[in-house]
Amino acid sequence: MNAVAPFEGIGVRMRRKEDLRFLSGKGSYTDDLSRPNQTHCVFLRSPHAHAAIRSVDTRAAAAMPGVVRIFTGADYAADSLGGVPCGWLIHNKDGSPMNEPPHPVLAHGKVRYVGDAVAMVVAETCEQARDAAEKIVVDYDVLPAVAGINEALAASAPQLHEAAPRNICYDWHIGEKGPVDAAFAAAHKIVSLDLTNNRLIPNAMEPRAAIGEYDAHSGEYTLHTTSQNPHVIRLLMGAFVLNIPEHKLRIVAPDVGGGFGSKIFHYIEEAAVTWAAPKVGRPIKWTADRTEAFMTDAHGRDHISTAKLALDAQGKFLALHVQTKANMGAYLSTFATSVPTYLYATLLAGTYTTPAIYAEVTSVFTNTVPVDAYRGAGRPEATFLLERLVDVAARETGIDRVEIRRRNFIKPDQFPYQTPVALQYDSGDYFSTLDAALATADWAGFEARRKEAAGRGKLRGIGISTYLEACGIAPSAVAGALGARAGLYEVGAIRVHPTGSVTVLTGTHSHGQGHETTFAQLVADQLGVPFDKVDVVHGDTAKIPFGMGTYGSRSLPVGGSALVKAMDKIIAKAKRIAAHLLEADVADIEFDPRAGAFKVAGTDRSKSWGEIALTAYVPHNYPIDEIEPGLDETAFYDPKNFTFPGGCHIAEVEIDPDTGHVAMVNFTAVDDVGRVINPMIVEGQVQGGVAQGIGQALLEACVYDAQGQLLSGSMMDYTMPRADDLAPVSVATHTTLCTHNPLGVKGCGEVGAIGSPPAVINAVVDALRDHGVRHLDMPATPAKIWSIIHTRMGAE
Amino acid sequence: MYDFAYHKPASVADAVKLLAADPDAKAISGGHTLLPALKHRLNKPTSLVDLSGIAEMKGIKREGNAIIIGALTRHVDVANSDVVKAAIPALAYLASHIGDNQVRNRGTIGGSVSNNDPAADYPSAVLGLGATIHTSKRKIAADDFFLGMFTTAMEADEILVAVEFPIPEKAGYAKMKNPASRYVMAGAFIVKTAAGVRVAINGAGPCVFRQSAMEKALAGNWSAAAIAGIKQDADGLNSDIHGSAEYRAHLVGVMAKRALAAAG
Repeated sequence: MNAVAPFEGIGVRMRRKEDLRFLSGKGSYTDDLSRPNQTHCVFLRSPHAHAAIRSVDTRAAAAMPGVVRIFTGADYAADSLGGVPCGWLIHNKDGSPMNEPPHPVLAHGKVRYVGDAVAMVVAETCEQARDAAEKIVVDYDVLPAVAGINEALAASAPQLHEAAPRNICYDWHIGEKGPVDAAFAAAHKIVSLDLTNNRLIPNAMEPRAAIGEYDAHSGEYTLHTTSQNPHVIRLLMGAFVLNIPEHKLRIVAPDVGGGFGSKIFHYIEEAAVTWAAPKVGRPIKWTADRTEAFMTDAHGRDHISTAKLALDAQGKFLALHVQTKANMGAYLSTFATSVPTYLYATLLAGTYTTPAIYAEVTSVFTNTVPVDAYRGAGRPEATFLLERLVDVAARETGIDRVEIRRRNFIKPDQFPYQTPVALQYDSGDYFSTLDAALATADWAGFEARRKEAAGRGKLRGIGISTYLEACGIAPSAVAGALGARAGLYEVGAIRVHPTGSVTVLTGTHSHGQGHETTFAQLVADQLGVPFDKVDVVHGDTAKIPFGMGTYGSRSLPVGGSALVKAMDKIIAKAKRIAAHLLEADVADIEFDPRAGAFKVAGTDRSKSWGEIALTAYVPHNYPIDEIEPGLDETAFYDPKNFTFPGGCHIAEVEIDPDTGHVAMVNFTAVDDVGRVINPMIVEGQVQGGVAQGIGQALLEACVYDAQGQLLSGSMMDYTMPRADDLAPVSVATHTTLCTHNPLGVKGCGEVGAIGSPPAVINAVVDALRDHGVRHLDMPATPAKIWSIIHTRMGAE
Repeated sequence: MYDFAYHKPASVADAVKLLAADPDAKAISGGHTLLPALKHRLNKPTSLVDLSGIAEMKGIKREGNAIIIGALTRHVDVANSDVVKAAIPALAYLASHIGDNQVRNRGTIGGSVSNNDPAADYPSAVLGLGATIHTSKRKIAADDFFLGMFTTAMEADEILVAVEFPIPEKAGYAKMKNPASRYVMAGAFIVKTAAGVRVAINGAGPCVFRQSAMEKALAGNWSAAAIAGIKQDADGLNSDIHGSAEYRAHLVGVMAKRALAAAG
C-alpha cells in the first residue's frame, strides 16, 4: 500500500495556488493583453452633471495625428440598437412597473452626470486618442443639476428623465402595514432613528478595461473585459444592447483585480468597443485610469432612512417600520433596483423575532454616477439601520445592549424561521456566536480599559453588532417572482483527463477570492485527486457552460454545489467502470476518496483513479454497450433557498478628543459561514470585508457638491482605508450547517463588510456617551467627531 | 501627458540658461508634484529641466552653527542623516514623516520648499527655523520667501540650490494628517533660539505662517501653560470636505501644544 498523502480536502489551510502567479507579476489582466493590430480608445466625458447637448463637432479632432475614427451618441443612435438594460424589474406599491428610462451607450441629446460618455475616440495610441478628444467641441446647454436624494424629490427639482416624473424610479413596499400600525398603537415604547448610509466608491485595485474585436471571417465578436460574470455580460450585451446572437459572441474575463460588486454590471464601454470594432475593422482597447474609475464605476450604498421600533415592557421587539429613500444615480445600473429592495428590506428582521415589519422604499434619480451593488449590497444598509436602532432602543429602555439582543434573538429550536419580510432562515445559532465574541473581545473587562484610557485623556468605547445576511443567491424561481430578469443557478463541470488529472470548469468567477484553491480542495476532498492535479478554469464563455458569475457570496454555496453534483455523477460512472474491471456488482463498489481508490466491499481488490480514468478514455476492455466512454460531467445547481450567514462583530475604539481622531484598537468577528473549506481563505475574506466596513464607518465619503461635481474624485480626497487605520482583527467561525446545499456552506465574502460598520459606530457612540450623543452618521471622521465634542454639530 | 523636450544639465549655470531660454520650461527634481500634474494633463510645459544630474545641489553638511542641505537631497536622506539628527532632530523627524516610503525615496527638499504647497511639511521647518534659502541668484530669508499658496519669492529662471538651517536650542514638530491624502491638515514647528521663539504653522492656511501670539507667549514662558489660552483665528484658514476653518484653527492649538512637548 502507498502511504496516504497529506489530506488536502475540506478544512485544510491550503496555500492559494493562484498567488504565485499574482505575486510574481505573472497575472494576465485585460490591460496586459494586446490583440493583433489593436487600436486604443478614450471616452470624452461630460464635465457637467446635467446639460443638453446642442452639438458635437469632431472635425478638428478627426484631423489629429493617429486618429482612426470618432463615434458620437448620434452615430450610436443611428444604428437603432439598445441602451444598457436593467436586470431587475421592481413594481410600485400600486402594482405598476417601475420607471425605467433608457441608458444610452453614448449620451445623445443630454448628459446626466459628470462622466457620462459623449464620444469615443479611436486612435493608434491612447495618447493620440486623448489629444484628439481634447479637440472635440461639445456645445452644452448647462441645466440645473441635483445630486442629493431629498433635493431630487423636491417639487422644484430639475428633472432627469421624461420617463421618470419627479425623478422617481419606484415607490415600493414589503410586509404588512396593518399589523405594524396595530403593534405601534399598543406599544409600551417606540424608538425612532433617522440615519444615512453613506455613499461609497468601490476602488478595485484594477481599473476597468475592455477590448472589443470582430472576426470578419467567422462573424464572431470577442470582448475581453474586467467582469465578475462574463455570461451575464454576453446575455445582456448580446440580446439587449447590440443584437448579437450568443453563438457569435464570446466574453473573456481573464484575471481580474478585485470587483467588490462594481464589476458585475454591464457598462457602456463594453458595448461601445464591441459595437465599434467591426466599423473600425480592428480590435479596440480601452483602459480606465483611476480618475475615470472614480467617476464611472458604479458607486455603492447612499440611503436615507427613518426607522421606528415598537417594544413591549420587557424590551421585546413588536414591530418595525422603515422608510428608505435610495439614490439610483443618473441611470439604472444592471442590478441597481434590487439592492434597496429585495437585497435590503428582506433583511430587516435580522437575527430577531420581530413579528411585524413594514418597509417602504423610494428610489430616486440624481445627476450622479449610477449606484449599484457594492460588497454586501443592501445587507450592510439593513444591518447598519437595525443594529444602530437596537443600540438606541437599549439605551432608551435602560436594558443592557447585549441583553436586549438576547431577549429578541431567534432561538436555535425556532429554525426554519419564517420572517415577516419573505425570507425563511434555515439555520443559525446567534447565542453561540454572541457568547464567543463577548469572550474573545473581553467584553466583561471593558470598563477597566475605558478607565485606563480616560487616564490617558482618551475616550474609549466598545460596540456590538449581531448581524444576519442572506446570500448564496439565489433560487431562480424565487428571484424571478421578485422581478429578476435572469436565472441564478450555477454550473460546474468536472473533466477527468485520461491520466487522472482534473480540470474544473465553473461559471463563477474569481477576482481575488481564491476559487482556484477552494475548488481544487473540494475536488481533492471528494475525488481524492491530488490538489496539484486540479486546475480551475473560469471566465471564458467559449470554454464554460452558461453560468451566472460571482457576487452575493454565491460561488461556493451555488457554484460549489454544482461541482459536488458533477462529481457525484463522475463517481457514479467511475463505480460502474470499476465494477466492470473488478468483475463485481456496482452495488458492491466502494469509493474511498482518501485513497483515491474503488474497492470491492469486504475485499482488498481495488482500482485506482488513474486506472479508471485511463479505461474511460482507452475503452479496450469496456462495456461499451452499457456505458459511454469518457469521464466528463456537467451539473447545473439551482439552490432551494438563500443561505444565511450571521454572527457577532465587536469593535473597540479610542477617540482623541483633541483632534477627533478615532483609532480602531480591537476588532472581533465570530461568524457562522457554514462549513469552512479553507480557514485561511475565510479569515482573509472576513478581514478584507471588515477593512471595508471600517472604511465605510470611519473614512469613506463620496461627496458631491450641489451642482453634481464629484468633490471626492481622487485618492487625495477619498479616504481608502490604509493598514494603520485598521485594528488587529480576530476572526473565528462557529458553524451551523446550511441545511439545503450538499456542502452545508453559507458563504463568507461579504459578512465582514455587512456586520462591521454598526459595530464600529456603536463603539464610537459608546465612547461619546458622556457627550450626549445618541447617533451619528458614517463616516466618523476626525472633523465630525471634533465638531460633535466641541460644538454638538453633526450628532443627534 | 503632453509631449515636452527633456534636458538634463550637469550644472546650476546650465540649468538656469535652459530655464531662461524657455519661459514655459519647468524644473523637475523628485517629480512628486509635477509628474502627477503632467499625467493628468493639468500642466503643459514645453520642456522639462531635470536637475537630478547637478552634483553641486546634493548633500548635507554642517558649517559652523548651521546645517546646509542641498536642494536635491531626498527626504529619506534628511531623515537618516546623522548630522541632521544630532543638530536638529525635529527636522529629521519631520522628514521621516513626509508622505510614505515611496515619496520619501523620491521627493526632495528643494522641490518641496520651492513648490510651497500649503499642506507640505518642509515650509514649516524652513520658516520656523528661520532658514536661509540659497538660490542660483541670491540668498533669501525664510520670512521673505513664502509669499502665498504655491508662490515663493523665486523667479521663473531661479533655482533653489540649498537650504541653510541655523541650529536651534530646541525645536519640535507635530502635525495632523488629512485622512485621505495624508498631507498636513494643520502642523506646528516650534523653535527656541538665543534670538527668541518662532512658531510656524503649516497646513491650516493657504500659506505657511508665523503664529506671533504664541511666539510672544513662549518667549516669556516656555511652557504649555503659556499657549493654552491662545486661540488661532479661523478667519482666512482653509476649509474643505475634510474640515472647516474652525476645526483647523483648533488643530493649530493642539499641534502647537504637541510640538512644544516634542521640543522639550
